[in-house]
Amino acid sequence: MSGNKDYKLTWGVVPVRTALSAGDIYTKLTTIIMGCGNFARKQWIQGLLFLAVELTFIYYMITIGVQSLIDFSTLGTKIGGEQFNEAKGVFEYTQGDNSMLLLLGGVVTIFVILAFVVVWRAAIRSAYYAQERVEEGKQPVTFQKTITDLFDKNLHKGLLFLPIMGIVTFMILPLLFMILIAFTNYDRDHIPPGNLFDWVGFQNFSRILSASGDLAATFWPILGWTIVWAFFATFLNYVLGMILAIIINRKGTKFKQMWRFIFALTIAIPQFVSLLVVNTMIQEHGVFNLMLEQLFGAGPVPFLTNVTVARITVIVINLWIGIPFTIIQITGILQNIPTELYEAADIDGAGPATTFFKITLPYMLFVTTPYLIQTFIGNINNFNVIFLLTGGAPAASNYYKGTAGKTDLLITWLYKLTIDNKDYSIGSVIGILVFIIMATGSLIAYRSTGSYKNEEGFL
Amino acid sequence: MRDKQKQGSARTKQRIMDAIVHIFLTILSIIWLFPVFWIVLLSFREQKGQYIKTFWPEKFTFANYQKLFFETDIFNFPRWFGNTLLISVFSCLITTFFVLAVSYGMSRLRFKLRKPFLNIALVLGMFPGFFSMVAVYYILKALGLTEGPKIYLALIMAYSGTAGLGFYISKGFFDTIPKALDEAGMIDGATKWQIFTKITIPLSKPIVVYTLLGAFMGPWLDFVFAKVIVGPSQEYYTVAVGLYTMLTKENIINWYAPFAAGAVCISIPISALFLYLQRFYAEGMSGAVKG
Repeated sequence: MSGNKDYKLTWGVVPVRTALSAGDIYTKLTTIIMGCGNFARKQWIQGLLFLAVELTFIYYMITIGVQSLIDFSTLGTKIGGEQFNEAKGVFEYTQGDNSMLLLLGGVVTIFVILAFVVVWRAAIRSAYYAQERVEEGKQPVTFQKTITDLFDKNLHKGLLFLPIMGIVTFMILPLLFMILIAFTNYDRDHIPPGNLFDWVGFQNFSRILSASGDLAATFWPILGWTIVWAFFATFLNYVLGMILAIIINRKGTKFKQMWRFIFALTIAIPQFVSLLVVNTMIQEHGVFNLMLEQLFGAGPVPFLTNVTVARITVIVINLWIGIPFTIIQITGILQNIPTELYEAADIDGAGPATTFFKITLPYMLFVTTPYLIQTFIGNINNFNVIFLLTGGAPAASNYYKGTAGKTDLLITWLYKLTIDNKDYSIGSVIGILVFIIMATGSLIAYRSTGSYKNEEGFL
Repeated sequence: MRDKQKQGSARTKQRIMDAIVHIFLTILSIIWLFPVFWIVLLSFREQKGQYIKTFWPEKFTFANYQKLFFETDIFNFPRWFGNTLLISVFSCLITTFFVLAVSYGMSRLRFKLRKPFLNIALVLGMFPGFFSMVAVYYILKALGLTEGPKIYLALIMAYSGTAGLGFYISKGFFDTIPKALDEAGMIDGATKWQIFTKITIPLSKPIVVYTLLGAFMGPWLDFVFAKVIVGPSQEYYTVAVGLYTMLTKENIINWYAPFAAGAVCISIPISALFLYLQRFYAEGMSGAVKG
């Protein structure tokens, strides 16, 4: 018997296989009738709960579950619409299948089955524990004790149950749903109800990725711009923000707190407010052009109509938003750089530029690489700045059905495709591609950084 | 003599440098504050519409604020304010519980699925934020939560549902609380729940406040999620969606200045909260036990 109890040395969770091989007849019967093992040890409430779960599950599968799995594979066959009923002599509206709901139903059923498997395993474990306690001559755990354990020995279950349910319902389930949509033809021509959509395999991926696909001419340029944008938005902000932080931090500068406050103030204003305001300022007749005309007599700058100007504009305005963030993040770290380094450099006669490139920058890069990677990822997904500032303008007629503009990032294109144009399947493919790019990119970056390889320190 | 001269010229150099730095910072401050100043100026401007002819308003007025708060037949700003307040209070409570629970679990409790959970959280964080938003909308719709007052519930759930993934900062904080305190509690016979609520949480005031305020601000700042979930029913708009709507093509002529007034009204409390929050963030970052 003792060999079976090795699990107690690790996590205290008995493997189901062990429970089944070492379990008696009641424990084994639990695989078919959940709660059976608990009943045999007089744990009535636990047993009833397990049994109730099993009966509910069986009822669900019979009434909805099995059908939803069948529908999941076909995504519906009946198209709704008007049909002439000859017997009554009128047109009748028939409710067709709603592919979207069928897909969702299928995903939900899969999750219900998975959840049931979890409970089923818990039932077997519970039965085995009860058996073991009886064999050891102890009382089986009472229901009350099971509950109080949730606040002590099993606190992780008690604490994490609700948050994890939230994550499963509002993150994992929708993610799976969206990923599946990438393999269907759910677009503006196949909107349920009224129309059906169907599985199409990797067709959407090849439309985007292969050179001859009709979306390739949109996807690649937008990807290119997204990376250019993320690069400038991240590194310009970083370097300029650091220089500013150093300037504020240097010995001779007075009113340090005031300068920091002024920069922090612009972060404090809700981004949608400041960005929308700046958007109106850079319009053709906005205040910037007005001031240019009144002060210098210069003609209107095509902030939002010329591609290059618009792209430079968003990067520059993003400096206005991003630099304060860098200052706040970096000030604390700057003050931690060992002063001996600077003193030594001073003795060697190094100028400010040399100390910056030889000491400050390498030190900061070492400490803040994870932050930089996060910022880079954040900028690839920087929805707010582009959407509120330019809305993707200037328009690009050569992009797919005019769904994207020249300053659109993949993420704003995704928004426009799904929300404005209902091209769900393509939007979903783009979401997946963005994920793949980000996941591989950040994995490589993390692994090649100094702070990942060597957690010990800079020197 | 020569030494003194050298010192003197170094000091002049230093002074010139200081002057340049201060001028530079002043110019930058003006650039940074200009849009802020502009919103305030706009909100008192009498002239309607987006296209203005002079930089300085010809006439100042409170009419925009009046219109915002009392002409509620088209855009009901006070109601949006109430909506947002209601949603943010509830979602902030749920979010804080979720975040603290998960952080504590990841920091202090040891169980089989801890490592897998950390890895899954990392991967989930890499999906574009609102990639799944459309699907969330359909799930909420399938639950019948996208019409009528149930929209409140839908938004609260959407804002706080995935909060458990935002545990990194507070987990880092909990990690700095000495384990000896837990052990002392355990010797005195405290359950793990009691250790969590009676020892860890009281020691974590900065991070609790940070989480609470951060979560409270969420619904005031977000507008994409609210826009998708609320759809066209204006009475359930949050402030952000409402203000955004004021700037759409058909409304901007009449509502540009009231928009600025609304922006001022929202920005003042939010900025104050944010600046207040910054203190707790700095405190939280420096850990529970000061060296």
